[in-house]
Amino acid sequence: MITLVKRPMPSRMWSVTTPIIAVIATMIAGGILFAALGKDPVAAIRTIFWDPLFGPNAGYFRGQLLVKAGPLILIASGLAVGFRAGIWNIGAEGQYIIGAICGAGVALAVFPAESALLFPAMVVAGGIGGLVWAMIPALLKNRFGVSEILVSLMLVYVAQNLLAYMAFGPMKNPQGFGFPGSRNLQQYPSAHNPELIAGTGMHWGVVAALLAVIGTYVLMHRHIAGFRIRVAGEAPKAARFAGVVPARLVVACLGLSGALAGLAGLFEVAGPSGQITDAFNAGYGFTAIIVAFLGRLHPIGILLAGLLMALTYIGGDMAQLMLQLPAAAIQVFQGMLLFFLLGFDLLTNYRIRFGGAPA
Amino acid sequence: MNRRSFLTTTAATALLAAATTLPAFAQDPLKVGFIYVGPVGDMGWSYQHDLGRKAVEAAYGDRVVTSYVESVPEGPDAERVLTQMALEGNKLIFATSFGFMDAVMNVAAKFPDVKFEHATGYKRADNVATYDARFYEGRAVLGTIAGHMTKSNKIGYIGSFPIPEVVQGINSSFIHARKVNPDVEMKVVWAYTWFDPAKEADAAAALIAEGVDVILQHTDSTAPQAKAQEAGIYSFGQASDMGSFAPAPRISSIIDNWDPYYVKRVGMMLDGTWESSATWGGIGDGEVVIGEITEAVPAEVKAEAEALRDKIASGEYHPFTGPLNKQDGSAWLAEGQVATDEELSGLNFYVEGITAELPK
Repeated sequence: MITLVKRPMPSRMWSVTTPIIAVIATMIAGGILFAALGKDPVAAIRTIFWDPLFGPNAGYFRGQLLVKAGPLILIASGLAVGFRAGIWNIGAEGQYIIGAICGAGVALAVFPAESALLFPAMVVAGGIGGLVWAMIPALLKNRFGVSEILVSLMLVYVAQNLLAYMAFGPMKNPQGFGFPGSRNLQQYPSAHNPELIAGTGMHWGVVAALLAVIGTYVLMHRHIAGFRIRVAGEAPKAARFAGVVPARLVVACLGLSGALAGLAGLFEVAGPSGQITDAFNAGYGFTAIIVAFLGRLHPIGILLAGLLMALTYIGGDMAQLMLQLPAAAIQVFQGMLLFFLLGFDLLTNYRIRFGGAPA
Repeated sequence: MNRRSFLTTTAATALLAAATTLPAFAQDPLKVGFIYVGPVGDMGWSYQHDLGRKAVEAAYGDRVVTSYVESVPEGPDAERVLTQMALEGNKLIFATSFGFMDAVMNVAAKFPDVKFEHATGYKRADNVATYDARFYEGRAVLGTIAGHMTKSNKIGYIGSFPIPEVVQGINSSFIHARKVNPDVEMKVVWAYTWFDPAKEADAAAALIAEGVDVILQHTDSTAPQAKAQEAGIYSFGQASDMGSFAPAPRISSIIDNWDPYYVKRVGMMLDGTWESSATWGGIGDGEVVIGEITEAVPAEVKAEAEALRDKIASGEYHPFTGPLNKQDGSAWLAEGQVATDEELSGLNFYVEGITAELPK
């Protein structure tokens, strides 16, 4: 008989070791899966975890790791603040899209004017776009008590349709032979968000992601506002006595996460992606929710979780190419990683006792 | 720069490049990469491209090694996967979705020794060729069958996105349905997706509710076939044969067949004769295939459709031959005049008689 006993305090030892155990468990379970598909499990796992970092072409892939992790970390940092307060912004994908549309809109409106002020203006527009989109669920929640979970999620679909409309309509490249998609901002020097140092993958979005990690760390762990946010999430009544106004908290949390998601969208559309197209959003806003929880809603954890997720994507593509593993097997493998991480998390808060039911 | 002078300059530079490129050493197998936007199991677009990859393997055996990456999102991910393929030593890479276009151009600029083939795009370089299929030729045949088969005189069309390729298909189907049935009307519903069974089923249901009794689709799932079966009306397979719905509701199909093109281009790579080009193959080249016309279609209609197919294949007939007016009634093609490829590749209007509005 195995029983779980709640620990009086979360175990520090387990909170550090569970991620490592989870990664090892994933490698074993994943290895079995790959072996069942007739592939060499050791080669598959080395291709996913080792080759992007230390393999023959690692110089390129390390940079790509930052490109892929940047938006995830930037969005997850903002989401984690709200999640700590019990405010569930599920619609970061929509805010990401709107940020990209607004930011790119500024550039496309003044094309082909060159100015050093253009990129900063796009950044502001992108952040405001995401913020405004997130204010819709905030206002509906404060005014009518509507669930922000549902509203923010549904607005993702609205944003996607708006994106398709923009790609096929107002933002369509006039020199694109009638094909959908905007001009490519990579070919518009004032609007382009380039690699800051060639070959490193480092662009302004990655810088912003690092700043967001530092900023949310200071906010949540060094500032009274962070304490209030955490209290609001863990003990809403106590928070009210401590002078937290719930409505303001909703606006602040949704606003922050929306603005950061909007910025992520802007940096992506002006940089690695370059174009507003109907397929511009690649699911970063949803994956960031996983990253936030994987990182235990802690800024440093999110930084590491973002890099780990990026690694599984890049390594997963490599495994497809090198070993011809099906994409679905890679997705199952990613799912296993999350499952084990969250599953073993139990050990942080519970002790396993073998034999005899507790009193 | 106009498209034609662009084509000649690229062709000239490509010839120059080809002349200076030495043939690859025969003992090393040629590595050929394929990147797909969907899963190979989609039974539509990506599936057909993967059949092409298998045809290459069958044709050249151990002279080639092919590999693919499926379900790659358009944008930076595609750029990374393409770079990955080039770094892994693939010398010829097929990028099989329109949305991979800018990623292909970026990667091709960084790897001048690697050749790229981009499906359905319009940007080319010395090491980037494009290819597409004249699906509108097949649509003319399906339109003919649809015009005969409808009893309500309403034909439905599930559009994916309002891009020239799809607009060509709608126009071609309508023109040929009207030719055999002057009372025919065309209803168009836009699904804004290439593959989404739920949305496609909704689109089919909307058309059926409007009284449509023959459905053509430019989306890749079989969901509309299932709806058509429920409603007891007719439909056509798209991209792949969708033969499991034959003999009805699926009465024929339009199949993408990339095998001949892929085999030819890989062969050119092996001979050292590859050069950048813009290929637009049709029924005559075997790139567009009309699937079996089932017994639900009367024999004389089947014969008429097959005759049209053969006339298109031989080049005797072009589906866009005047007199044709634009939707607003203004003249487009005069009697006997044939639409140019340039016009068709930017086609953004309906022909006269279609009452639906084309989203801009």
